[in-house]
Amino acid sequence: MPTDTGSSHMPTCFHCGSPLPPGAHYPVDLPDASCNTCCHGCQAVARMIVSSGNVDYYRHRTRLPPAAAAPAASEILQQLRLYDLPEIQQAFVKPGEGDIREAALILEGIVCAACIWLNERHIAQLPGVLAVEINFATHRARVRWDNSRIQLSDILHAIRDIGYAAYPFDADRQEDVFRRERASAQRRLAIAGLGMMQVMMYAIPAYLADPGSMTRDIQALMRWASLMLTLPVVFYSAWPFFQGAWRDLRRRSLGMDVPVALGVGAAFAASVWAILTHSGEVYFDSVTMFVFFLLSGRYLEMGARRKSAAALETLAKLIPAVANRYRNYPAQQETQSVPVTQLTAGDTLLVKPGEAIPADGIVLAGISEADESLLSGESRALPKIAGDRLVGGAINISSPLVMRVEKTGADTVLSGILRLLDRAQAEKPRIALLADRFATWFVFTLLVLAAGVALGWYWVEPARAFWITVSVLVVSCPCALGLATPAALTAAAGRLTGMGLLATRGHALETLARVTHVVFDKTGTLTCGRLALLDTISLGETSAAHCRALASALEGVSEHPIAHALHDPAAHSLPSHAITNVPGYGLEGIVEGRHLRLGRPDFVAQLHGRPLPVNLNFRDNLTMVALGDEHGWLGVFLLGDRLRPDAVRAVARLKELGVEVSLLSGDGNATVAHVAGLLGIEHYAGQLMPGDKLARMRALQNGGQIVAMVGDGVNDAPVLAAAQVSIAMGQGSDVAQASADMVMMNGQLECLADALVLARRTAGIIRQNLAWAAVYNLAAIPAAALGFVTPWMAGIGMSLSSLLVVLNARRLSRIRLGSGDEGAPTHSATAAGTAVTVPALEGP
Amino acid sequence: MDILFLLIPLSVILVVLIAAVFLWAVKAGQFEDMEGPAHRILMDDDKSPGKKYSDE
Repeated sequence: MPTDTGSSHMPTCFHCGSPLPPGAHYPVDLPDASCNTCCHGCQAVARMIVSSGNVDYYRHRTRLPPAAAAPAASEILQQLRLYDLPEIQQAFVKPGEGDIREAALILEGIVCAACIWLNERHIAQLPGVLAVEINFATHRARVRWDNSRIQLSDILHAIRDIGYAAYPFDADRQEDVFRRERASAQRRLAIAGLGMMQVMMYAIPAYLADPGSMTRDIQALMRWASLMLTLPVVFYSAWPFFQGAWRDLRRRSLGMDVPVALGVGAAFAASVWAILTHSGEVYFDSVTMFVFFLLSGRYLEMGARRKSAAALETLAKLIPAVANRYRNYPAQQETQSVPVTQLTAGDTLLVKPGEAIPADGIVLAGISEADESLLSGESRALPKIAGDRLVGGAINISSPLVMRVEKTGADTVLSGILRLLDRAQAEKPRIALLADRFATWFVFTLLVLAAGVALGWYWVEPARAFWITVSVLVVSCPCALGLATPAALTAAAGRLTGMGLLATRGHALETLARVTHVVFDKTGTLTCGRLALLDTISLGETSAAHCRALASALEGVSEHPIAHALHDPAAHSLPSHAITNVPGYGLEGIVEGRHLRLGRPDFVAQLHGRPLPVNLNFRDNLTMVALGDEHGWLGVFLLGDRLRPDAVRAVARLKELGVEVSLLSGDGNATVAHVAGLLGIEHYAGQLMPGDKLARMRALQNGGQIVAMVGDGVNDAPVLAAAQVSIAMGQGSDVAQASADMVMMNGQLECLADALVLARRTAGIIRQNLAWAAVYNLAAIPAAALGFVTPWMAGIGMSLSSLLVVLNARRLSRIRLGSGDEGAPTHSATAAGTAVTVPALEGP
Repeated sequence: MDILFLLIPLSVILVVLIAAVFLWAVKAGQFEDMEGPAHRILMDDDKSPGKKYSDE
């Protein structure tokens, strides 16, 4: 019998498990009992689940869902109806025969297997739904329905009824392509694996049997059986190698597919020749094993590549399909749902809590927070008030916002990020280019060597010449060049993206590994780049907190940067009126019946005529704002640019890594010295023009340093471009980002140290792989040339060597980094809800 | 040893059958979701309305 699961002394909600608010009475009737829920939303959802016959959900679930939102049926339904429009459906619905339609949906709110079960059953029960399937790993559903009997919006609405959110999405071509690619790789791998196992079964008796104990008939039979099983391995599984080799030859270049194809082809052809002429040895076992191990290596590499691409795809799917546009704001309050593709700059939109922001823009009204975690990795929700910028793709959290659209489509920040990443993926890292060129040379040398060996042995012992040549071709392994370098680089780049640091140029990672000197800009880089309240000094009987409340009330009307620092939108507003702005001096107004002035000390002093009571000695970088009434001074606020919270740790960690740190800034010398002192940076300089910064950077570079520059502003762009590797802050100017090699999306400077560690490890792993390849080839090729290696041994050696370097490269996605970040990045569209694990409910 | 003349061709046929089954499994998408089925089997689904892709 389902009962409360929570602790015995506190009643909890039957549906979501959170504590019941006092006096909550939202009963749900189960078949054999009645339970209480915490709110209207949970009650509606639980009733729907019970009435549709899915009460077993409460028995199966292993995690609790977040509290259900109260259903706002008509409004949501109206919005969902948009998805029925043919022009919107065009993007994501696959039409079938007659009225049959199929679409892919993203489900939000899935926390455990029971959710999948519940959704599948619930959707399948709808009349007109023909088929439904939910992928547990990706939380995506495929639904097929008969459009003459049910509309897509009804299906989406039915999912909302049981407390989940579903959105259609364009199961884009990329995903489809990947599915096909993986299926094909699995098929080739399976054929090669099965072929290898069975051929080995026939080969082992031939190797182990005493001479003469196996009759010629049996031997011939086994050989023919091996041939039958090797045929599909060579002509199906190994086909991509032949295709690759042919492509390479036609382009007059030599890739690693050439010796592979040559080795496989020659060994296979020679074995067939041996069968037909009843002479020599057969090496079908070597051929199949060789193909199988090579394909395994490629399959593993494909998985690693896929993982790093997945982080990007999450970004691309952030923009919603539909927005609420005001017809005539602010005169009319009603909104109209329109497809996001029809938005233009200047439109006024309503963004409800929980919705994704459809385009870049500015808040016109409302107070809320936005979750930009998927864009920037910043896990904290950022407060948003009128005048703040909104980034398309972020989630509005607590209350409705009215926004004005400034940029749409390709101009948005999100599109810009995606373009930068595309560029990085299109550009090959220098080390990979080098590896490619080296591989060509390697293969060429190998072919020459093989020809030499063939001639040499033909002269010494013609019977063995052919097999030794095949062994030489097979045993050599350009794997470290062809496979492991790209695998290591992709694994590392994927890891960086997950940390919120985007490498937008191919060479960024390898240059970062060699960096000896990091140069920081100050404003906006080491500091947050905007005024913040650092200290409040109370000068009268009024407490500091009350001074802040008074100031907040006065500044509520102002758009000045000082107002943003002093106005606390979350605080209770004190009764105030008649507030006037005296430009250049400050504000004047009546708060709680008191006549107040806030602003420059001389402006405030005019009100009561007294000098500042204490001799306040302030640092020159701080802005002082005074508050007073007719009777005297109330307090002084010190405003300044605040250091980023992790700046000290970031600098300390960089120094620990043996990197020199400098601070170059355009600000006043005293300010720069102060900041440098706080951070423990010994090399610093202030009052620098962009040209001076450039000159200092050149001086460092001429001294043999490899410099990484971290900056944010337009003035930093030339220096960023001149540094060997440059990192722009994600909140910085577009110019800075476009000239940078990496973009730090989350503003966490500590990432830099992690990135440095990761880059060095990547370079280390690439070096290890190259060293291994050199040692292996230097040992194996001469051994094979001298005739000590049979083709099957060569096959094993080469395959294991490949596998070893790929596995070595994969270690990168697991190494631990300093700031507690572990393993591969995880992105989840449902990260907003914090799920609690509780034991499953007792069964009836 | 004569039995080998039967067993070896049989083993070839067996491998072909296994390969066919595996190819069918890849085609049916059984390797696309490696987690879900493990959970689904634990749910009593006696009253299933039977609208699954795999039923077609």
